[in-house]
Amino acid sequence: MHFAFTDEQAMIAETAKAFFAEQATSERTRAAMAATGVDEALWQAFTAELGLAGVAVPESEGGVGLGMIELAILAEEAGRHVAALPLLASVGLAIPAILAGGSDGQKMRLLSRLAAGELVASFAEAAPGTIWSDGALTGSALHVPHGARADLFVVAVDDKALLIERDTPGLAVTPLTSMDQTRPYARLDFGAVAAEPLADPAAALAAARHTGALVLAADALGGAQACLDRTVAYAQERIQFGRAIGSFQAVKHRLADMMVGIEQARSAVYWAACAIDERSDEAVFAVHAAKAFACDTYSDAAGEMIQLHGGIGFTWEHDAHLYFKRARSDRTLLGTPDWHRERIAQMAGLDEAA
Amino acid sequence: MKLGFSPDEEVFRAEAAAWLTAELGGPFADVRGLTSLTDAPERRRDWERRLGEAGWSCVGWPKAYGGRDATLAQQVIFAEEYARAGGPPRLNHIGIELAGPTILAFGTDEQKARFLPAIAKGEEIWCQGYSEPGAGSDLANVRTRAWREDDDWVIEGQKVWTSLAQFSDWIFVIARSEEGSRGPKGLSFLLVPVDQPGVTVRPIHQITGEAEFNETFFDGARTDAANILGTPGDGWKVAMGLLGFERGVSTLAQQMGFRNELDAVIAAARTNGAAKDPLIRQRIAKAEIGLRLMRYGALRMLTHAEDGKLNPAALTYKIQWATWRRDLGELAMDVLGQAGETTPGGDYAFPALPNLFLYSRADTIYGGTNEIQRNIIAERALGLPREPRGDLK
Ligand SMILES: Cc1cc2nc3c(=O)[nH]c(=O)nc-3n(C[C@H](O)[C@H](O)[C@H](O)COP(=O)(O)OP(=O)(O)OC[C@H]3O[C@@H](n4cnc5c(N)ncnc54)[C@H](O)[C@@H]3O)c2cc1C
Repeated sequence: MHFAFTDEQAMIAETAKAFFAEQATSERTRAAMAATGVDEALWQAFTAELGLAGVAVPESEGGVGLGMIELAILAEEAGRHVAALPLLASVGLAIPAILAGGSDGQKMRLLSRLAAGELVASFAEAAPGTIWSDGALTGSALHVPHGARADLFVVAVDDKALLIERDTPGLAVTPLTSMDQTRPYARLDFGAVAAEPLADPAAALAAARHTGALVLAADALGGAQACLDRTVAYAQERIQFGRAIGSFQAVKHRLADMMVGIEQARSAVYWAACAIDERSDEAVFAVHAAKAFACDTYSDAAGEMIQLHGGIGFTWEHDAHLYFKRARSDRTLLGTPDWHRERIAQMAGLDEAA
Repeated sequence: MKLGFSPDEEVFRAEAAAWLTAELGGPFADVRGLTSLTDAPERRRDWERRLGEAGWSCVGWPKAYGGRDATLAQQVIFAEEYARAGGPPRLNHIGIELAGPTILAFGTDEQKARFLPAIAKGEEIWCQGYSEPGAGSDLANVRTRAWREDDDWVIEGQKVWTSLAQFSDWIFVIARSEEGSRGPKGLSFLLVPVDQPGVTVRPIHQITGEAEFNETFFDGARTDAANILGTPGDGWKVAMGLLGFERGVSTLAQQMGFRNELDAVIAAARTNGAAKDPLIRQRIAKAEIGLRLMRYGALRMLTHAEDGKLNPAALTYKIQWATWRRDLGELAMDVLGQAGETTPGGDYAFPALPNLFLYSRADTIYGGTNEIQRNIIAERALGLPREPRGDLK
């Protein structure tokens, strides 16, 4: 038992922290928001130069060969800066699906190119009424993260997982204006689109949903910590009534409560990551717990950040709204906190006979 | 990062579990599952002695003082197995978790040899004499005085909220030993025998109807000059070191027992149908999540402690568990409904869950109130400006 980073993990965290702090600046994020929502130079550096999209892909498949803890570390640091990257779509959802459920041929064809960032993939839950028959998909998927940037999709239809390339005839991709402009959505329409099933769909869908939830929880943890750090800094410098506002208990206590929540979220995220890596019986429970808890924590922290910054916190110029909107997106994607808690209620045995 | 336990550690777990099950299923079946801190004190004293005799009382302490030199992981495992086997709250928890570690950290070799084995063997029960009528959150405001007379310290004053003093053999006291001193200066940390003419213990009835805590009066009470921890006038440092223990390792064991309380709430919800209510389900799920996060928070904190690093996250732990447990008490009552508000018989003594509802109101008060915890987090972890004081310059 050793519930702390190893030296190597601490080094990865330091490196990631420095990388995002230097590159995922507010100016660059805002430039990306005004365009496609992706900071292409940042993606290039993250994937092609550092190979980090393949952090949890085995070396034999062209990846770095690490695990969920390292992936969580990266997602946390990216979240700290609301980085404009298709990290969730490609690294959190599509790669795990292909890795867990692809045939050898599918993995060989796709993983090393995804890990190198040459391809961006996303994951789509098909809308009700979408039909897969005779090798063709008809219907739609409504809110696909980074759908307009993706070259490739893993589409979940009932208990199937299908691979569809962007340029397949019959596929229409419509970019949507998303509240969080750093995580834009697109709508996919499938007009009898030819698709290739993944070899083990159950494994693919479970891996996408659990890894995706972990990445969202880690993003939320990093974001919440940034909200706290920036608000503490502001509370120390902003003077009202002749005192720093951070000397008032009404402010201090709320910042303290933010920290209490964040430290629990940190335990949750790293417990979940560890549990997946160790293939523990608790892994599914831990992922639901982490997603629910960290996303609640982030929403609260981002809301408090706006409130405690006063008027400036409500402006477009200030970064508070980037966090606030990302927190909302983290919360909604892959099931709200209430949805995850309902899963936990079932796991706690509430439906068993007394 | 690694959460699993090693095969050796699992061997230790099996050994602990086997011993605990045999004792609590056999000769000590009558104390198994007790929750009140004041029930059956004589039998619980026997239980302390039995644990001590078999070397299971203070597993993390050095062997020389009656412990087992257990590693952090082993301490965690023992705490888990203790709760799983239905071990009752430890009558000497203040001795084991507060007095012992403080003596270990600040005591002389003679003091360690005198006091530690007696705690580990369950022979001497301890209580904590910090709070006074005018010194609660503002602990440095103590008025109780102590002075040297011949080979003794003499003590005069009043303590309050002294838990378990009525069962205790020893009390540790912070007292003002330099006349005219104020605040944290000029205090001494004294170890004082309870059973003597100069000490009077008067039980105070609590919200639950029980009397776990007391008023403790010192009227020319005496203790040997050797029974001071640290140097005269430097007691604040010792007292604060002790609060570190209070918020540290000790709370891990306690929260393992919370598992049993949550299980009881879930069982009640399944029995009376409350488990079908979507809002109750959400709250139970929140409690489940919170419980695991306490466990992993504690493991994180202890991993850091073992590496010799201070992690500011440790400052959040008290408020986490206290608030969690208070919420659990509310949840338990909402699950039980009116059945929770009545109890058969004439005694004002409620079963475990309603009692938890009442008792948990203390969790956010003792050991530093939630408000004081927030001040500590804001100032020490976040670096915000200190609270202004009205009286001291
Ligand atoms: C069940 C129980 C067992 C106990 N056992 C022991 C024991 O064994 N030995 C022992 O020495 N003591 C014990 N105590 C005492 C306990 O440590 C004190 O009650 C506690 O420190 C609070 O002090 P107080 O009761 O004087 O409240 P006060 O300090 O008077 O506080 C009253 C209210 O004011 C708030 N407040 C005070 N100061 C501030 C501030 N600076 N900022 C914001 N809010 C503030 C508090 O949070 C609280 O809400 C026990 C208490 C209980 C309930």
